[in-house]
Amino acid sequence: MDLIMNSYVIELAWIVGKIMLVVGPLLIAVAYLTLAERRVIGFMQLRKGPNVVGPFGMFQPFADALKLMAKETILPAGANKVVFMFAPMLTFILALVAWAVIPFGEGLVIADINVGILYLFAISSLGVYGVIMAGWASNSKYAFLGALRSAAQMVSYEVSMGLVIINVLICVGSLNLTAIVEAQRGMWFALPLLPMFIVFFISTLAETNRAPFDLPEGESELVAGYFVEYSSMSFALFFLGEYANMILMSGMTTVLFLGGWLPPFDIWPLNLVPGPIWFILKVMLLLFVFLWVRATTPRYRYDQLMRLGWKIFLPFSLIWVVLTSGFLLWTDNLPAVMAG
Amino acid sequence: MRAMIDSLRSFLLLELGKGLFLTLKYFFRPKVTINYPYEKGSLSPRFRGEHALRRYPNGEERCIACKLCEAVCPAQAITIEAEPRDDGSRRTTRYDIDMTKCIYCGFCEEACPVDAIVEGPNFEFATETREELYYDKDKLLANGDRWETEIARNLAADARWR
Repeated sequence: MDLIMNSYVIELAWIVGKIMLVVGPLLIAVAYLTLAERRVIGFMQLRKGPNVVGPFGMFQPFADALKLMAKETILPAGANKVVFMFAPMLTFILALVAWAVIPFGEGLVIADINVGILYLFAISSLGVYGVIMAGWASNSKYAFLGALRSAAQMVSYEVSMGLVIINVLICVGSLNLTAIVEAQRGMWFALPLLPMFIVFFISTLAETNRAPFDLPEGESELVAGYFVEYSSMSFALFFLGEYANMILMSGMTTVLFLGGWLPPFDIWPLNLVPGPIWFILKVMLLLFVFLWVRATTPRYRYDQLMRLGWKIFLPFSLIWVVLTSGFLLWTDNLPAVMAG
Repeated sequence: MRAMIDSLRSFLLLELGKGLFLTLKYFFRPKVTINYPYEKGSLSPRFRGEHALRRYPNGEERCIACKLCEAVCPAQAITIEAEPRDDGSRRTTRYDIDMTKCIYCGFCEEACPVDAIVEGPNFEFATETREELYYDKDKLLANGDRWETEIARNLAADARWR
């Protein structure tokens, strides 16, 4: 009995330890992503960005966090209190749980499940609930309009994202993320599926409500969108969730198109670098593009956004599914479906 | 044909690529930010900052209480009271400027026949209370003593156009 309890406790501690190992660095990465965003956009606008708190402004995220925690949490009188408080938590939790299936290196994954990509896709779709709940529970027209836009946008772009993922899955023959990365040993999918890679990246921009698709929070007309009524830590949770989602989407793109933890070429100096380092470098590169795009593009109009999602990306990725599968069938390269 | 080329261009995201390339170029450009408390931009000799009452080199205050500044002040921020001094010269007994009313138009220094009231180069005089911004004669004279070097240099630099 004791032995069973012991092994159970140890196993639980091991799982919790693994989770901490992922979540801890992730939260620090989120903190520094906010700093990186302000610095990168500042640099592109010929400014310096925050550079005063600590060397190169390195302590700025912590100063911001301290400020947010010291502030008062305001519960609007007309709000549905339970849902109002639950929404930011949901957003934040969903942004974290998705990391369970992301492989950082060979075997370095918390849960190596067979339907990893499906799980990832489901979790990122659930993200829209946090937004909708926040917008509805705030009982404010701006929050509600922001939430509606956000929901419509996330749902629209998920469709084309799903089709893009199907493209990759046809090439791999497995829903397991580790298998998807392993299948890219010869060549990253970003090369043969380049148009799909771009479509996927643009869809992730829309999925995470980032510029140029940040109209759910369009400052000029909606103040801040679905989280206008939030303050203090509940706002911070939304903020953290949004940035954690950005990192997650970059991780997803890395796994699907940029060969996960694999080095660009399997040659001597490059394959000495451990896999997780490659993974992190690729994610950082994608995150830089996120910020770069934000510094470059103006916001889309709502109808333009919908037109792009439904009338361009959807048919385009559908055609590519046909092309990819047709090509694989023609060249007799269809992957054998791996036993699950 | 035209339409085809246009749609091909937008399809290949050419304009987007150009825009991204431009911002990337700016990313590596030298930055224009001035690290304010440590670095400051240059000020014109005509800069209209904090007020000061000046003295002659022998220490005698310049203001002769003609009240032209009080009269010209569009914000009516200046209050002056005057009496003949024991030696018979006309001097102010009270010279107040309400800095919260002042609009920094510079009419007072323009009106002054003896270059007594001037707006100096100092712009860092924020206070934590409103009362501290009700300047009296002592404060203004102290400002004049503190900034005399800079004020004299600015007046000399701008003298040709006065």
